[in-house]
Amino acid sequence: MTLTSAHLAIHVFAVLTMPLLLVGVITKTKAAFAGRVGPPVWQPYYDVTKLMRKGSVFSKTTTWVFRAGPVVGLVTALAAAALLPLGGHAAPLSFEGDLILFAYLFGLGRFFTMAAALDTGSAFEGMGAAREATFACLAEPALFFGLIVLARFSGSLSLTAMMGSTLADEWHRGGASLVLVIVSLFIVLLAENSRIPVDDPTTHLELTMIHEVMVLDHGGPALGLIEYGAAVKLFVFGALVVRIAVPYSADPWLAWGVFAACMLALAVTIGVVESIMARLRLVQVPVLLVAACLLSAFGIVLVAR
Amino acid sequence: MSETLLLAAVALAATSGVPGLFLRRTAKAGEWLAALFMLGGAALGCAAAITALTTDSPGITYAWHVPGGEFALRVDALSAMFILQIFVLALLGSIYGLGYWRQAEHPSNGRKLRLFYGLLTGAMALLVSASNTMLFIAAWEVMTLTAFLTLTTEDERASVREVGYVYIVSTRLGTLCLFALFALLFTTSGGFAFAAPALGTSPTLSTAIFLLGVAGFGLKAGVMPMHVWLPGAHANAPSHVSALMSGVLIKTGIYGLVRLCSLFANPPVWWGSLILGLGIVSGVFGVAFAIGQHDLKRLLAYHSVENIGIICIGLGVALLGRSLGRGELVVLGLGGALLHVWNHGLFKGLLFLAAGSVLHATGTRELDQLGGIAKRMPWTTLAFLTGAVAICGLPPLNGFVSELLVYLGLFRAAGSQARELWLAGALAAPALALIGALAGACFAKAFGTVFLGEGRSAHAARAHEASVLMLAPMAVLAGACVVIGLAPPLVAPILQAAVDAWAPEAGLAQPALHTLAPFGYVSLAGLALLGALGTVALWQWVKTRGAAGGRQSMVGTWDCGYAAPSARMQYTASSFAQALIGLFAWGLRPRIHAPKLSSLFPKPATFESHVPDLILDRLLVPSVRFATRATHAVRFMQGGNLHAYVLYVLLTVLVLLWWR
Repeated sequence: MTLTSAHLAIHVFAVLTMPLLLVGVITKTKAAFAGRVGPPVWQPYYDVTKLMRKGSVFSKTTTWVFRAGPVVGLVTALAAAALLPLGGHAAPLSFEGDLILFAYLFGLGRFFTMAAALDTGSAFEGMGAAREATFACLAEPALFFGLIVLARFSGSLSLTAMMGSTLADEWHRGGASLVLVIVSLFIVLLAENSRIPVDDPTTHLELTMIHEVMVLDHGGPALGLIEYGAAVKLFVFGALVVRIAVPYSADPWLAWGVFAACMLALAVTIGVVESIMARLRLVQVPVLLVAACLLSAFGIVLVAR
Repeated sequence: MSETLLLAAVALAATSGVPGLFLRRTAKAGEWLAALFMLGGAALGCAAAITALTTDSPGITYAWHVPGGEFALRVDALSAMFILQIFVLALLGSIYGLGYWRQAEHPSNGRKLRLFYGLLTGAMALLVSASNTMLFIAAWEVMTLTAFLTLTTEDERASVREVGYVYIVSTRLGTLCLFALFALLFTTSGGFAFAAPALGTSPTLSTAIFLLGVAGFGLKAGVMPMHVWLPGAHANAPSHVSALMSGVLIKTGIYGLVRLCSLFANPPVWWGSLILGLGIVSGVFGVAFAIGQHDLKRLLAYHSVENIGIICIGLGVALLGRSLGRGELVVLGLGGALLHVWNHGLFKGLLFLAAGSVLHATGTRELDQLGGIAKRMPWTTLAFLTGAVAICGLPPLNGFVSELLVYLGLFRAAGSQARELWLAGALAAPALALIGALAGACFAKAFGTVFLGEGRSAHAARAHEASVLMLAPMAVLAGACVVIGLAPPLVAPILQAAVDAWAPEAGLAQPALHTLAPFGYVSLAGLALLGALGTVALWQWVKTRGAAGGRQSMVGTWDCGYAAPSARMQYTASSFAQALIGLFAWGLRPRIHAPKLSSLFPKPATFESHVPDLILDRLLVPSVRFATRATHAVRFMQGGNLHAYVLYVLLTVLVLLWWR
């Protein structure tokens, strides 16, 4: 798999523009389930543009760490997107071991988001940061169990090779374990991106929130960066799941179409999950995440024979 | 050549505290002379290490009037790595001490501290270059005793005496193991040199040697469950001593273990599995206990246990690779472990020095008494943040590079067909991910509670920025973290040389480190990440502050409409950790004193939670109490009479002589 400049341009374009569309599709799906028309799918673009044009309000308690939070959150998500192959071509940056960098970039973003939340001195934001930290600790092993399965299949430690043309054949050899990995990574996706049943991005009660409560104090361009960064993170985790589930790469141009269609289907799926499920009680979230770990651990057991 | 340089360096460092003894108690010259001696020692020591890295030396030997002992030194690449670290951290700590432990402020114990600090440094440097086990153990004992004397600098405090006692007891046990270890090694190799056991040594004997090494060196390194002395000792020593102890003293245990393992060309597979398992336990529980701590320096101390765990995981991978003839695992595992030895010294040294500045400025180590000092101590805050990002293994700093090497080894092991290997990799890689996420949570908690938000007490309001003498060593350490993180190719040749020195056998095909590890790409990705961060930050700055329509206003924190928020309403360190402590309660056994609400109008009540050390407070202390009661009948032998003790020693020696 090589990377031509045309594919690189499409990669960059998709990473920059598609994430907000996913958010719009999720909202639209939920509206359809609720029997409403809902905002247009382009609404997140309007929202972010509006936020970018606004002025800022900062708390007197905060320092530069508060302003660094949104920046690090967005940049780490974009950097992770540069390591992941989307269509049938190589990622813009790929090397042996890039999957570790991929996982740890989100760790960096999370660390600064939590620090920015604690910088406000608000009890609610501290609470959100504590929950984010707790659930991340359980999601991380699940992600790594899944990556080990993929690494075992491909014999490589680079995301580009792991999601490459060989993955399609692996579905014949170890489809069961890949299904387990996909389910586990989907749960990780829901948890890492604060979706129902772990967190509710649209709730109005600060006490029950995780991600939204951490960013209560951000406004204007900073909030715009956070919204955009969160969408990119959703896009990257979604792309990971989609590329494992549908590793089509025979025709590089068609692969882009397949990828885009699958991403939209994934957004609809998330919308459906959010519509038909209630949020779990916070004390039950760890149970769900441990289940995700166990699923992908079983994935390893299946391929280890 | 390098050995002569090293001896000069050791002499300078060891005598650095001596001139101060002849000066007045309040004289300033003593501390500056000590720092100057240390500077000279560090320069010579680094020169010795660099010489050893570039040229291979046969070593030097002097006659020594100890039965079986030889004053034999040899600095190979492995020793050189440790020597560099010892001298750099000792020098930086000694400069930091000029501001932190000024003679004028501590006339009663400043001279003592500097005397033993210098001796400690010299002993450690001698230890890692000794090629005779008798010399090794002599240096080991000097190191152990001077470490005890430096960490009990403030011996007027009961808590300091208590941790000093725990430390000295655990070192006695460790030294006992080492005596037995070297005696067994003597029976197999027939000498007191560090030499491989003769061919045909029985597996039982090799196993005994290995297990004694794990116990003796593990006690020094603080591998869980042998870490009991470590948290208290690191928390109660003066901060630059904590930095030296955590940064390099516990690494002498790792050095011993690495050196011992290098003697066995074909170790059984379970050796590697044991070290790997101990590494996982130390890593996960080290960081889990850290999350439960309320004391900033105790929290950092538990992170040392965690990082020793990561180093052991790397060493375990290397041993497994050596047993199973997988050269690439040896290179990645040992390379990662040794680089993490360096990195941990750098960022933990940095964190302890930053914590020391906070303690110096506010007078408290209690997390829940601090807060909001980022505005008062901006440079210390930046230093601590750098250390925190590095210790969590996050890109683009140095912790990421060494953890990446260990991960690469683990993933390669997990991809293998050999049962021992894939199982090790499949368990350890997610465990390492868990360790990383827990460390992120712990440092978000520590950094957030200490530096961010509003001050929680009058202590925090007192904070002021540290002096230049204290900031400069922190800047050097932070700079080193950034440089290794952004330019790992710089350290690759050093690691390669050390790995080659560890496993020189010709049969094992070892690929070069730079072909296995993507150092160039890590460098590229790190720089690109920093560039992108800078660009977006600049854009945000222009957007919110710049002249072109930037509008911003400053108000109070939004507390959901509550009109009078106070600093006491902030989330505390204990509340931040509560959920995670709950998840690990089966292992941590927290003590929670919650009020019982009985009537309709309950009285004011208090809530407390502590995470005591499971092994020390729940296992060892009760069992020692029990043993004391059980052996009451023979307690008269330990009457505190020194003459009687000397008599016991004499009688024992006579009995042993008769027995031969």
